[in-house]
Amino acid sequence: MSLTLTHYLVLAVILFVIGLAGVIRRKNLLMLFFATEIMLNAANLAFVAISAYINDLSGQMFAIFIIAIAASEVAVGLGLLILIYKKYGTLDLDNLNLMKG
Amino acid sequence: MEAIAFYIFGALIVGLFLVTVFSKNVLYAMSSLAAGMVLISGLFFILGADFIGAVQLVVYSGAIMALYAFGMMFFDTTREVKEKNSSSLVVFLLSGLSALILVVIFAAPQIGQNITPLVTAPEGADNPHAIGVVLFTKYLIPFEVAAVMLLVAMIAGIILASKKMDRSLSEYGEDCLVDENCEPKDQK
Repeated sequence: MSLTLTHYLVLAVILFVIGLAGVIRRKNLLMLFFATEIMLNAANLAFVAISAYINDLSGQMFAIFIIAIAASEVAVGLGLLILIYKKYGTLDLDNLNLMKG
Repeated sequence: MEAIAFYIFGALIVGLFLVTVFSKNVLYAMSSLAAGMVLISGLFFILGADFIGAVQLVVYSGAIMALYAFGMMFFDTTREVKEKNSSSLVVFLLSGLSALILVVIFAAPQIGQNITPLVTAPEGADNPHAIGVVLFTKYLIPFEVAAVMLLVAMIAGIILASKKMDRSLSEYGEDCLVDENCEPKDQK
């Protein structure tokens, strides 16, 4: 029983859906960040699997850039989270509806 | 052998990420996220992408999770996360619908079978060597742009996390950049 590309893509889809369910369901901003990391990891896994199976290095390049983007996103986002926590004392999304939308 | 490793890694990753998403405790969520990222690097090693696996270990489970750990020193992590989920029916409907769309999107490469490689690895080079060659020839400009973006993100993170919140940053003078207890200029 050998592994095919489909195995990896199905696993990536499962991980992405887990992250998506987290983004939709959670109300805590830190948990939203964790779910976003899961989604980025799933995309990375799909990129690297396709890159390895069709013998093309572009997918791995994109994975590297996605990791760089994730690192900078965490740096800026965590700074913003700390500011929000200092100002409101909570990270709940329901407290941030200043515009009453 | 690879299949066994793949299934073990896959089951563990799915379980750990489920804990991350559905846990009430932030500390549990963060630890299981870190463990899942380590295991994902295992999948990269199985795929033969050694360099990405090492980068995943160093950047994700090293740097990003350490950043989260530092950030959580500012938050109250012992308290359980209280959330009120108002309309669970809509949430589950939306999740299911988007999952279906995602499966269709991800299955699309299976339909197109005649894919030709755009950037092939150089002859006789192992994975880190090939990635270095391709990264510094074909992808040099995106690499430099990513470096500039990381610099911007670093400066933004430092400024965001280290300044006081209740006043505008432009109220501070230049000599206040190091002094934590400095007051705005117009109050003196």
